[in-house]
Amino acid sequence: MGTAAIEVRGLWKIFGPKADRIIGSPDADLEPAELRAKTGCTAAVRDVGFEVRPGEVFVVMGLSGSGKSTLVRCLTRLIEPTAGELRIDGQDVRAMSAKQLRELRRHRVSMVFQHFGLLPHRRVVDNVGYGLEIQGVGRSERNEKARRILSLVGLEGHEESYPEQLSGGMQQRVGLARALAVDPEVLLFDEPFSALDPLIRRDMQAEVIRLHREVGKTMVFITHDLSEALKLGERIAIMRAGAIVQVGTPEELVGAPADDYVADFVRDVPRAQVLSLRWICRAPEPGEPLDGPELPADTVIHDAVPYAMASDRPIRVVADGELVGVVSRVDILGAVRPGDGPLVGAAPAGAPGEA
Amino acid sequence: MRKFRLIAGVLVLGLSLAACGGAKVEDDSAAAPSASAAGAAGASAGGTVKMAINGWVGYEASAAVLSYLLEKELGYKVEKVTLAEEPSWQGLESGDVDVIVENWGHEDLKKKYIEEKNVAVEAGSTGNKGVIGWYVPEWMVQKYPDITDYKNLNKYADLFKTSESGGKGQMLDGDPSFVTNDEALVKNLKLNYKVVYAGSEAALIKAAKQATDQKKPLLMYFYEPQWLFNQVKLVKVNLPAYTEGCDADPKKVACDYPPYDLDKIVSKKFADTGGKAFELVKAFQWTNDDQNAVADDITNNGMSAEDAAKKWVEANPAKWQAWMPK
Amino acid sequence: MVSAPVQAAPPVRAPAPVRRLPRWVAPVAGVVAVVALYVAFRGRAVLPHDDDATLFHWLNDARDWVDANRNSSPIFIYVVNYIRLGAAELFTLIQSALTALGWPGLVGLAAGLGWLAGGWRIALVSLAGFAGVGVLGFWEASVETLALTLSAVLLSLLFGIPLGVWAGRSPRVRRIVTPVLDVMQIMPTFSYLSPMVLLFLIGPASATIATMIYAMPPAIRITSLAIQRVPAVTVEASESLGATGGQTLRKVRLPLALNTIMLGVNQTIAAALAMVPLTALIAAPGLGEDLIRALARVNVGAALVPGVAIVLLAIVLDRVTRAAAQRRGGGNRARAVRWGGFAVLTAAGIALTPVMAQEFPEQWQVQIVRPINDVVDWIETHWYVFTGFLNDTVAYGLLNPLQNVLTSAPWWLITAAVLVFAWRLSGPAAGLVAAGCLLGVAALGLWAHSMETLTMVLVGSLITIAAGLALGVAAARSRWFAAVLRPLLDAAQTMPSFSYLLPAVALFGNGRFTAIMASFIYAVPVVARLVEDGLRAVPGTVMEAARSAGSTDRQLLWKVQLPMARGSLLLAANQGIVMTLAMVVIGALVGAGALGYDVVAGFAQQEDYGKGLAAGVALVLLGVMLDRITQGANGRRSPHKKRNA
Repeated sequence: MGTAAIEVRGLWKIFGPKADRIIGSPDADLEPAELRAKTGCTAAVRDVGFEVRPGEVFVVMGLSGSGKSTLVRCLTRLIEPTAGELRIDGQDVRAMSAKQLRELRRHRVSMVFQHFGLLPHRRVVDNVGYGLEIQGVGRSERNEKARRILSLVGLEGHEESYPEQLSGGMQQRVGLARALAVDPEVLLFDEPFSALDPLIRRDMQAEVIRLHREVGKTMVFITHDLSEALKLGERIAIMRAGAIVQVGTPEELVGAPADDYVADFVRDVPRAQVLSLRWICRAPEPGEPLDGPELPADTVIHDAVPYAMASDRPIRVVADGELVGVVSRVDILGAVRPGDGPLVGAAPAGAPGEA
Repeated sequence: MRKFRLIAGVLVLGLSLAACGGAKVEDDSAAAPSASAAGAAGASAGGTVKMAINGWVGYEASAAVLSYLLEKELGYKVEKVTLAEEPSWQGLESGDVDVIVENWGHEDLKKKYIEEKNVAVEAGSTGNKGVIGWYVPEWMVQKYPDITDYKNLNKYADLFKTSESGGKGQMLDGDPSFVTNDEALVKNLKLNYKVVYAGSEAALIKAAKQATDQKKPLLMYFYEPQWLFNQVKLVKVNLPAYTEGCDADPKKVACDYPPYDLDKIVSKKFADTGGKAFELVKAFQWTNDDQNAVADDITNNGMSAEDAAKKWVEANPAKWQAWMPK
Repeated sequence: MVSAPVQAAPPVRAPAPVRRLPRWVAPVAGVVAVVALYVAFRGRAVLPHDDDATLFHWLNDARDWVDANRNSSPIFIYVVNYIRLGAAELFTLIQSALTALGWPGLVGLAAGLGWLAGGWRIALVSLAGFAGVGVLGFWEASVETLALTLSAVLLSLLFGIPLGVWAGRSPRVRRIVTPVLDVMQIMPTFSYLSPMVLLFLIGPASATIATMIYAMPPAIRITSLAIQRVPAVTVEASESLGATGGQTLRKVRLPLALNTIMLGVNQTIAAALAMVPLTALIAAPGLGEDLIRALARVNVGAALVPGVAIVLLAIVLDRVTRAAAQRRGGGNRARAVRWGGFAVLTAAGIALTPVMAQEFPEQWQVQIVRPINDVVDWIETHWYVFTGFLNDTVAYGLLNPLQNVLTSAPWWLITAAVLVFAWRLSGPAAGLVAAGCLLGVAALGLWAHSMETLTMVLVGSLITIAAGLALGVAAARSRWFAAVLRPLLDAAQTMPSFSYLLPAVALFGNGRFTAIMASFIYAVPVVARLVEDGLRAVPGTVMEAARSAGSTDRQLLWKVQLPMARGSLLLAANQGIVMTLAMVVIGALVGAGALGYDVVAGFAQQEDYGKGLAAGVALVLLGVMLDRITQGANGRRSPHKKRNA
């Protein structure tokens, strides 16, 4: 506690007349449609709470209209929250004056947008330097910095172009560079790749992973694409109708969905590629041979297939040098088969717990 | 906020222009059109004279001769400002007009601008005798001899019906800005007529010509001096005779127009500082025939006002040399 | 998520629909009721014209007070007179600058600006346009008109753009500003003049301010629109980086809105050029003076040529600003070429100024007044029978009966009829406003004259809309017809309204029909263009579908194109009516009488001032009424669409 990069508690955003009166009243528990019918207000974010660790990639995922874009805008009060607690690096964001808030946005938190939000009348280098410009940084310094960042995102040679001369993917790299140029502690991504073609999207995702490895910023990433969430997120929050339904690692979400909504979501995820052996191992049955190959518990199921094929003995699943269970060839094939129901019980053997 | 700043800016600008202590209208040379600009660019020696041009060709003829002399003989530059009569008087006040060359009566305006506001002065007669009246083409008098008495006009009202007169006889007037009591006359003399405005002198002339050529009935407002009387025979209708003061209240007029001694009006400023130009304007005087000759050249002989003036000036040296300041 | 079950109507017919009266019953009943009431109450509760209405005297007194206190009342000494001085000074400044450039310098500068804005094409247009003005023999007057236009435009932008930005940012301001702008734009140009003269006397200052007021609405409207259209993401991105409101305005909103704002500048210039000639009536110098003089002499050629000069100015200003509104990319090199060319052309022009004659060389001028007049004379003498017949047919067949009905019907009946009609057509708000305007007209004591004006407007717009519809449909259906029509309409649209009076006078003599014909020439281009654009905007896929279903051309027009272009057609009708009103009023200069005459007499005759001022207000009320009645164009687009949405 206290060391979280971002800390959100009981956050509400309700659009409409006299929105603040709804919080705490029985109306707050209504479904969005009922609430709108009754009060004319729209609850976009409902009692949301989570924490993001420094350096973590935290993904908020939900369908369109689930409130995730509103949520991320609330973090720097681009949209003013209606109620709740909000701390960045321990500082109370909601208590900040307009000036303090500007300082926060200028130096510590920056954002990448779905539709880029580039300035069409400025060259790429001036777009990237925009954040520095409004801080009052001199032209030569910001150009120098902008060029460095542009080469970091793989856009060297395009400094003098105008945004409209670039492809969508390159434009978003400019957006990314603009956010990075002010050297923030936190990067917020609002569905940054939804407007891009699938192939380019994959490149950009790889780019984010690479950048995260290189610069190690805290990232909050909004997406409606589950595979993107699973790929990038260390932890994922699933939102529905303004509220967070479940927060957890990809494995936890796939392996132990909190409710039918999440289960429905993750139904088509190829489990074998997300879950580790820990999720399917079981206690050895009497008489089962225990001299099969030994694999660590966090081995992804998919990667265990060759071993299972090579040996007709059950695989011994080991964590911290101790045996946590065994997995037979049949178990693995069952897990690899697509479109399966919940394959094991509620929780993994030797649950990883809170890390 | 921004607006306030601009108003402040205008104020500052104004203050710098007109010293300080508020702006009055007569002392603002800046509001006069292009005086300084044209003065700077032009090669004229004597400065600029702003001359109102009212909407009839007789006026234009007088103005043409005057400005020809001002420009060619005295080296002034003349700016002509096309205006109706009353706005011309306002121009004397605002600085947009220096000279009105041919003024028809306008006792009320004289009172206001000369006596009360003291921004204008009279500059003497033009020598032209003005007549305003109602006219019919001569052929109508031959056919209906008693038509020249206003009392019989109602009898003939049907003759003058047109699509514009709403079932009554049509009384054709000129430009709405001309000196006219006709609406009041029709009403007060209980005539079954409606005043219809042709819009201009030229339209009246056209109507008169058509009425004569095609023997179409026509009752119209017209005036002398006018060159048309040399071409088309028109006969004046007798309205109740004019007596001094019978036209005092414009809404209650029931008598004929007075005889006009046409005169020149200039702005006070021009009278004070106009020098030779003012002296020439003051001395200018000629006859109705003189004016008609120039007007005829302008209208019917395809001459520009300047050419017509030149022709008259060359033909009548004795007359204009008498006007020249010594 | 599972989508909510769609409440789609099943393909089966609803069982036993409720029996309703046929749609024509209500309107027919309404008409019958009005006719019956008219017959019963005809001649009663009429409001005949009275020149001596108390209101007029009261306004005269107000005028006298202003006249007497112009140099003593603090509000005049410290505010109004300074505004006048400032406007006059601005005009003098611009005029001196333009004159000082000399004609070669100004032509060079125009070409340079054309080059800067849009390359050699626009440079050529500017060069040809400005030189053409000189060739027509109207150089000096054109420079004065240009100076007046530029001063008015400058002031319009100075006030209009900040106001527009404010309105763009704040919906509340927008709600206040929009109706004011509506009124300003509906207001016939004529009615601006009297109040201006009262406050600022006659002269260029007054003219500049009147033109500014007329030209400002497009600047405000389009700036506001441009600011609203700045993409929210871009603004958000700027804010997310910690930009202050001012920084976002300067670095994001204004630059992104700039191109659209330039279109606003373009529209402002067009409006100013339309107004400037008219201000010659209050002693503004320039081409308008030549127009008025030509009007007084019924000299068609002499009125047409300055009209063409204004068209040339308008074309140059339009093309330059429009080109400037187009975004250009390109790096430093292109920028260098642009500014270099500008400098070269301007410098070349200015360098020629001391060398060339001070005035535009006479031997370069062409005289086209006389040939035009010869043509007009020929038409006049040979077509007299036809034009006279047309005039009498419309006057006796349409104008007089309608005017009789309108002036002899009780005022309450007309008001009620307008209320119901506007309500049905454009909704309750429109109905109430329209009826309120009529009551206002009655209160002003100008009922009879307003009805006469209304008669002309109704007949005029009927003819205009019918012809515009026919032309628009023909242009939409035939490419080559459109290609022939376009340039004609373009020219007709930029011609000053004044210029149309004279050809009409020459053909039809003086009177109401002439005013109607002038307004016809004035308004038809806009109506035809809106109709054509509306028809062309029908999506190709819809046309394709209709064609593939076997529609004939006629069916296509009546069942697909016209219904789908409903919005444009209503807008065309609205514009046609409002423009007809503006022009019919100016027709008073050639004997059309009614309210327009009251306005003209108001600033030409002392004792009629009050009546003239009131007539100006009555015109505004009539304009608002007509606009509200036909506002279905923007107000209630299509009832069907709403229901299905």
